[in-house]
Amino acid sequence: MPEAETKPTSADPIIRIAGLNKWFGAFHALRDIDLSVARRERIVICGPSGSGKSTLIRCINRLEEYQEGKVVVDGTELTHNLKNIDAIRREVGMVFQQFNLFPHLTVLDNCTLAPIWVRRMPRADAEALAMRYLERVKIPEQAGKYPGQLSGGQQQRVAIARSLCMEPRIMLFDEPTSALDPEMIKEVLDVMVDLAESGMTMLCVTHEMGFARQVANRVIFMDEGQIVEQAPPIEFFENPKSERTRLFLSQILH
Amino acid sequence: MTDRPFHRDRAEMLPERPAPIASVGPIGWMRANLFSSYPNTALTLLALALLWWIVPPMLDWALLDADFTGESGRECTAEGACWAWFDQRIDQFLYGFYPAEAYWRVNLAIVLLAPALAYLLFGNLPYVRYGRWFSLAYPAIAAFLLVGGLGLEGVTTDKFGGFMLNLVAGLTGIVLSLPIGILLALGRRSRMPAVRILSVTFIEFIRGVPLITLLFVAIVILQLFLPPEVSLDQLVRVMIMITLFASAYMAEVIRGGLQAIPQGQYEAAQAMGLSYWRTMRLIILPQALKISIPGIVNTFIGLFKDTTLVIIIGLFDILGQARLLQTNPDWLGKVDYETFVLTALFFFVICFGMSRYSINLEKRLDTTRH
Repeated sequence: MPEAETKPTSADPIIRIAGLNKWFGAFHALRDIDLSVARRERIVICGPSGSGKSTLIRCINRLEEYQEGKVVVDGTELTHNLKNIDAIRREVGMVFQQFNLFPHLTVLDNCTLAPIWVRRMPRADAEALAMRYLERVKIPEQAGKYPGQLSGGQQQRVAIARSLCMEPRIMLFDEPTSALDPEMIKEVLDVMVDLAESGMTMLCVTHEMGFARQVANRVIFMDEGQIVEQAPPIEFFENPKSERTRLFLSQILH
Repeated sequence: MTDRPFHRDRAEMLPERPAPIASVGPIGWMRANLFSSYPNTALTLLALALLWWIVPPMLDWALLDADFTGESGRECTAEGACWAWFDQRIDQFLYGFYPAEAYWRVNLAIVLLAPALAYLLFGNLPYVRYGRWFSLAYPAIAAFLLVGGLGLEGVTTDKFGGFMLNLVAGLTGIVLSLPIGILLALGRRSRMPAVRILSVTFIEFIRGVPLITLLFVAIVILQLFLPPEVSLDQLVRVMIMITLFASAYMAEVIRGGLQAIPQGQYEAAQAMGLSYWRTMRLIILPQALKISIPGIVNTFIGLFKDTTLVIIIGLFDILGQARLLQTNPDWLGKVDYETFVLTALFFFVICFGMSRYSINLEKRLDTTRH
């Protein structure tokens, strides 16, 4: 793939978040978040638990509602208008910590469900598409199995393939390797690296700092619902500016 | 201490060996299950004693000392059961007072029920596409056959009776209570207060009142509220009430299943852009209903047995026929438990069938086995 197509372009950002505030009841979970994501940019979001990382990316596809602020995804503003929400969800894929595959459907049916019912694609085309992405995550041979018959790493790769089948422009990863046994983390990260190299816009909540060094254009550190620091990975790891960031890094990097 | 060291390095891995003979096969099974401990052995012996005590007298009464032929109770002279009425009366037990020349219509409806049910319940049949349409059309076909009209001679529902009446009322209730129960369960979990309050009120009211009270209401009081020119068939009223009653229970059973579905399933479906109804139909309900199968079948079985309550509108279902025969002068004093045994057998066959099917279905839907 030509270099130019995988480099982020800062003009015309694909996600713009301005003045975002969210409360869970009385708890102020996100505080004045401003964030702009360029096309093909890869962002890693880290921070202690309860810092609002997951909540932030879940606001991008409206799995969470928010009380103040503005989120614009690919030119469409998220409002209460259900049409807008559905339009954005079609463009934004999401991978969850707990995989959230549909246990009553085969791997192939998990992948073809959204293309068939949301994109209205004929079944044969959807299956061809699904097989292409299952090959890309290197498990086409599991297509006929049920999620319960696969290992955690395989399930998470299916979940990635399932999201890709909607051919999204943005992929959100919510701690995709946190529920995995150590020996399975690499197979999932490999798929994510491959995806990053293909030029996908990605926002990953993860503590895999090796992954952050390798593929991220920018690392964001969050604490207490705020963006504390953001920087390119080398700068972020070598020369963190804030005391909180240094403390956090010292805890997870040993 | 011991000449087997705690840790040894193995030069090669051990091959598999068969299990000791005493732990497998029938002897192993009996050891493990019947005589594993003193209390277990005692229970095994006690169970054998009970069987010895109950089964032979029962066989004597039902078969060995029983009378099987005769025109009336006077010909039943043996100690045991009197089955002589069976030949004369089996038609009433099956069809009630349905006109004998039209029995074929009931039979045909039951014969057609088999493919209609099969196409609904089993996915791997030939011509499944047309079969499903047939299943959908079956209620109309059955109603036409049973009630008549359009060229077939009409039969009013007060002629319905015997086991056929139980089947008609039971199947109608089963087919309708499941979808109504699903809607009520979803309504109870709805975010819209009006829908939620209506569903909760309906469920709690219907569940909180004895079925027989509802049936009296349906028969007597309903007519007071309806305009005088509207007259719902008595049997239809009873069937509506039995169905609603089962629906309320069904709703709670299904709500239990819905609550077992992790939030992540909803989120994954939402993140793909699936609408509420698609999420429910494609993702949530298939899983929730699967979990709820034992409760659903439980409700079905309860509903099926509740159909015997049609007796309060003066219809004689199979239980009504059983009691009718006991008071018939020809058989009075000679026949009592016998007719109940027959009734119980009919119910048992259907209810046990439902139970077995549900176990089969649970196994078939289990996607975690390798």
